[in-house]
Amino acid sequence: MSNNPNWRLEPERYELNAPPAYYFEVDRREFFKFLGAGVLVFCVLKDGRGLQESGTRKRPQGESLPNEIGAWLHLGENGEVTVYTGKVEVGQNIRTSLSQAVAEELRVPVDKIHMVMGDTKLTPYDMGTFGSRTTPTMNLQLRKVAAAARDLLIGLAAAQWQVDRRRLVAANGKVTDTQSKRAVEYAALLKGQQFTQAIPAEDPLIPATQWAVEGQSLRKVDGLDFVTGKHRYPSDQKLPDMLHGKILRPPAFGATLVSLDTHDAEKMRDVAIVRDGNFVGVTAPTVEIASRAIAALHAEWKSEPQPSNKELFEYLKKNPAGGEDRAEYEIGSVEKATASADHRLQQTYNVSYIAHAPLEPRAALAQWSGDNLTVWTGTQRPFGVRSELAEAFRIPEDRVRVLMPDTGSAYGGKHTGETAIEAARLARAAKRPVKLVWTREEEFSWAYFRPAGVIDVRSGLRKDGTILAWEFHNYNSGAAGIRTFYDIPNQRIQFHETRSPLRQGSYRALAATANHFARESHMDELAHLVNIDPLEFRLKNLKNERLRGVFEAAAKKFGWGRKKTAAGQGFGMGGGFEKGGNVATCVEVAVDRSSREVKVVRVVTAFECGAIVNPDNLRNQIEGANVMGLGGALWEAIEFENGRILNGRFSDYRVPRFSDVPVLETVLLDRKDLPSAGAGECPMIGLAPAIGNAVFDAIGVRAVTLPIRIEPLPA
Amino acid sequence: MAKIPLNVNGSVYDVDADADVSLLSVLRDHLDLTGSKYGCGEGQCGACTVLIDGNPRRSCITQVGSVGNRRITTIEGLVQDGRLHPLQQAFLDEDAMQCAYCTSGMIMSSVALLKTHPNPSESEIAHFMEGNICRCGTYPRIVAAIQKAAKAMKEASQ
Repeated sequence: MSNNPNWRLEPERYELNAPPAYYFEVDRREFFKFLGAGVLVFCVLKDGRGLQESGTRKRPQGESLPNEIGAWLHLGENGEVTVYTGKVEVGQNIRTSLSQAVAEELRVPVDKIHMVMGDTKLTPYDMGTFGSRTTPTMNLQLRKVAAAARDLLIGLAAAQWQVDRRRLVAANGKVTDTQSKRAVEYAALLKGQQFTQAIPAEDPLIPATQWAVEGQSLRKVDGLDFVTGKHRYPSDQKLPDMLHGKILRPPAFGATLVSLDTHDAEKMRDVAIVRDGNFVGVTAPTVEIASRAIAALHAEWKSEPQPSNKELFEYLKKNPAGGEDRAEYEIGSVEKATASADHRLQQTYNVSYIAHAPLEPRAALAQWSGDNLTVWTGTQRPFGVRSELAEAFRIPEDRVRVLMPDTGSAYGGKHTGETAIEAARLARAAKRPVKLVWTREEEFSWAYFRPAGVIDVRSGLRKDGTILAWEFHNYNSGAAGIRTFYDIPNQRIQFHETRSPLRQGSYRALAATANHFARESHMDELAHLVNIDPLEFRLKNLKNERLRGVFEAAAKKFGWGRKKTAAGQGFGMGGGFEKGGNVATCVEVAVDRSSREVKVVRVVTAFECGAIVNPDNLRNQIEGANVMGLGGALWEAIEFENGRILNGRFSDYRVPRFSDVPVLETVLLDRKDLPSAGAGECPMIGLAPAIGNAVFDAIGVRAVTLPIRIEPLPA
Repeated sequence: MAKIPLNVNGSVYDVDADADVSLLSVLRDHLDLTGSKYGCGEGQCGACTVLIDGNPRRSCITQVGSVGNRRITTIEGLVQDGRLHPLQQAFLDEDAMQCAYCTSGMIMSSVALLKTHPNPSESEIAHFMEGNICRCGTYPRIVAAIQKAAKAMKEASQ
């Protein structure tokens, strides 16, 4: 299960197995040297892949660094600490939390630390920033590297002073002799010398109970650059001589280009047109001229008829993908147990496609220098995008450099490199740097979506509330969080791959949101079937102490069990665990009985992810996950027809706004005895079922769809 | 194409652009003021918000030719004499951001809000800021930052 460190890549990360976006026609380190004097420490992983996520289409080639290096840092003779990690910053604030990890172990102020992130030339190979893996893996590796650097510095001081190293302590960028009280700055120990050390991943670390910097609420380390508008996101990058690019988009998914009349566009000044197979793009000195040139192209496309969202769920059930069904789990005999049950329940849950809609759309700036390509782009997988570029242009990976400036959010939606490839293709033709920023409409249509799905649940229980049988089938939406954490002796759990009318892929929390919605809605329905309070019913069937802990904490803070005070008021709960975190969410709703409009009034979230690294940032992530989760729970659904997206703009696609925000209360359970887990995803999974269950409590109608849609009462 | 004079953050520029080009493009691509962001191109998300004569305007749907000689203020123009605007400071203090792509627009809208509502309630803030989207969901922190800045500005003026 997902608490297991050897977890596999979930099947719903469809985008990672997709074929390349374009097939272009064939056309045609010296590492560490630049650093100078100081201390260099790098972390050697026992199994380079073991701590990474595996399963993409192929191993990278032409690495500039061995795969076994997880992270490294350099302490220069000027006292500056530079940390190198392939992880990237998309708003989850790991630039801050990783700085804290280094500061903690190296004993230097946070503002002395410079983080180099997601630059394929400078940072160690990394599969990508996803799956809530930064805190459990990179945070640990950097702590180990920093601790080793600290030990090395203490050793240097001990040798210089000819004293026992056990007398020496490191603090605030200095080594101090506790007996003689003399002290030396780290930088002074390093003058003109270079030390390189590789460390295994097993060095002792400062336990969470003794943390001084970690465990504290540190604000975003480079916040000043953001409140002043100085930070350059990928879409803000520019180079001298740069052109702007635009792509001609087909009228339907999967369309092929039959003919292209470029006559009018060719007459436009400073416009160049690039056609390569189905790829058609233009470059121009400004975005506006490029847009006009695209509008002046006359193209004829051919496409096949495609299903619409109206027949989506039927389509998914009827179109198996043919592959083996994965993530199967079976114990006992569901059939026998169901036959002996006092109550049986069957329910189907439908989950729509939704869009990530990161506020910064995909963007890339590409520059060729001979056969060498450099691309600045917003991606959660700079090394993956490097592979995609190398493949698209048939060049070795060591000729491609991808840089990832801190990006305007992603939520699992920026794992792929299509924009980078498009910009690079245009730049190759133009022989000048080209920037391409997708429009909001392009982002809504040509990115990938969170998978839609159908979930069938069948269960049987005794009248005392003991669940005997549990059968759970997820069609297409995914296998993350598919296993039940309730203790049920007879289970059959299956993920079914199906064909998908739309391009789909990872989304924050993956299918854990859909699977928890189905499971926790079903649990509520079972509780009502035997007239047991939903909290009591859960605890009766649940042994896991960490989960019991969050359910009890959320219920206590919420005041679970109190009487309703108004018509249309309802209370509900939902929870579970994912990616090493445990969450329980209690919700109060107000439902308008005639319009069936649901207003979420109050949300109480109890969350536990081991030892907390940065409490305020954790609250920020939990609040954000709840706010984002409101959209998928109540409004967001992609509408499509015949290969076109019908509601691909913010005026048509309803995302959470200021007035939607309920009272949000967060209870943090800090388990300093447990390793820290990531927290970007798990906190959102309890919200949707808690809302659905609260709606039932309010008006007696079951929510079985995401987004939750309750048909108006018959007149 | 004609020379269009623009008054931005106290300086006057002559911009070579067609009158129907968006103010956002001119700010970002001609004047290299990239603090104002593109988010939707239809005035729905607020990431491109600037002040025109003190009023909040969506620069992505404002044609540059329509601005005339009115004063434009962008996020880059908020710092005065090296000091952050109280709203910039409050956003920092409350950590009212995650990816922060919406932050410029949020701050510019808030500046306008506090001009007309120096002591806004939570619901007044929500109503006024409804057109600004934060996909990371930091809305409660932004509300707290606005109220904190309101208090600081009130105290500073006393």
